Amino acid sequence: MSKRILIVVPSAIAAKGLEQVFNDLGEFEVCAILRDISGQELRSMAPDVVLVDPCIYDYASRSGVKARIAEYSDAAVIAFAASPMDEDQQRQFDGVIGLMDTPPSIIKKVRAALEDRTEAPKAEGEELSQREKEILICVAKGMLNKEIADLYNISIYTVITHRKNITRKTGIKTVAGLTVYALLNNLIDMNSVE
Amino acid sequence: MNTSANRHPMSPSMKMAELLDTDFSLLGVATRLGLHFGFGDATVAEVCQQAGIDPETFLLICRVYAFDGYRPTREALSAAHLLDILKYLHQSHTYYTEMVVPEMAAALENMIRPCAEKQQRVIWKFFADYKEELAKHFAYEEGQVFPYVEAVLNKRSGAPFTIGEYEKNHSNVEEKLEDLKNLVMKYIPVRCNQQEAYKVLFYIYTLEYDLGKHTFIEDDILVPMVGRMENHE
Repeated sequence: MSKRILIVVPSAIAAKGLEQVFNDLGEFEVCAILRDISGQELRSMAPDVVLVDPCIYDYASRSGVKARIAEYSDAAVIAFAASPMDEDQQRQFDGVIGLMDTPPSIIKKVRAALEDRTEAPKAEGEELSQREKEILICVAKGMLNKEIADLYNISIYTVITHRKNITRKTGIKTVAGLTVYALLNNLIDMNSVE
Repeated sequence: MNTSANRHPMSPSMKMAELLDTDFSLLGVATRLGLHFGFGDATVAEVCQQAGIDPETFLLICRVYAFDGYRPTREALSAAHLLDILKYLHQSHTYYTEMVVPEMAAALENMIRPCAEKQQRVIWKFFADYKEELAKHFAYEEGQVFPYVEAVLNKRSGAPFTIGEYEKNHSNVEEKLEDLKNLVMKYIPVRCNQQEAYKVLFYIYTLEYDLGKHTFIEDDILVPMVGRMENHE
């Protein structure tokens, strides 16, 4: 699935140029080009990346751009710095793109920002994915890794990765503990384990 | 005075009451070795001698509790009395099985009482299984390991195994206790009795902490001490 990019840049020429860079690849999809943005819009568009020119905010609030956007969206936020920014302002962003950046270097910076975002440790509180829930149910029922792999047509290695993630997210290590977790969360019925 | 006693401010000439006041986890060490409260101004050496415990061995165990990451020196290990270590480990088992676990069980039972019957059963079964596994683990040490150590001490030969075979792997009982902690902390139904949940967690942390020290004494004090005796060092 292509990553959704929201461009919030007042200069029409710069915005056009950026759109071109992204559209050529297919890896990204520019979901909108705006001159300014509200929280409501951010929420409804749910972009993966916000490319924003900090000059849309007045100078005093420019060091809080990322925080403002983060209130409404978990997108990676990259600054498009048409004018020079001081270091304090730069630090808040997941990346900074300047007028002198070539298309390949822009793509590189956006990819890097996205990678950091997926690795960001939301860790503990994370919800289990649908597939993880399915595998947890199998584990709780006492199925072996091989059996689970066969059932879902995936490799044993993938099953093990899922199990590691289940343990990381829930904090529960043993099969007996995972069974209690699954029962308390109504993922399985008492009858299916006894 | 040996070097480790110089490094750590714990010595046989200290007043026992002052030593125990430096870290309250030492209270457990003292009671398990049969030292009686009401110490007055008696020194560590005096109290220990009266109870028939070697003061340096007592202090060795105290250091394990009081200083995280403490590692005994070779000299400290050769000076320690194996029988006192055994007594300590045995009394710890008694403390876990007769005090901590029953208290934990009572609190857990009260904690889940407001829950649906199905939930009660699930949580109780997990705890009961853990309890059984823990008891089995202790029984193995009491029935196999400790008698063997005593045999080595008494220079009885033909013992059925060597200390190297001693099961060092405490990981499964440790993991289950950690799971129980996370289940109570994160996943029990909100209807659970909160006061009792606090107690359950308190006992879990108490047990987890003490078992950590207990395991260290087994793996890093008992095993090397016996290993050396086997090799007639």
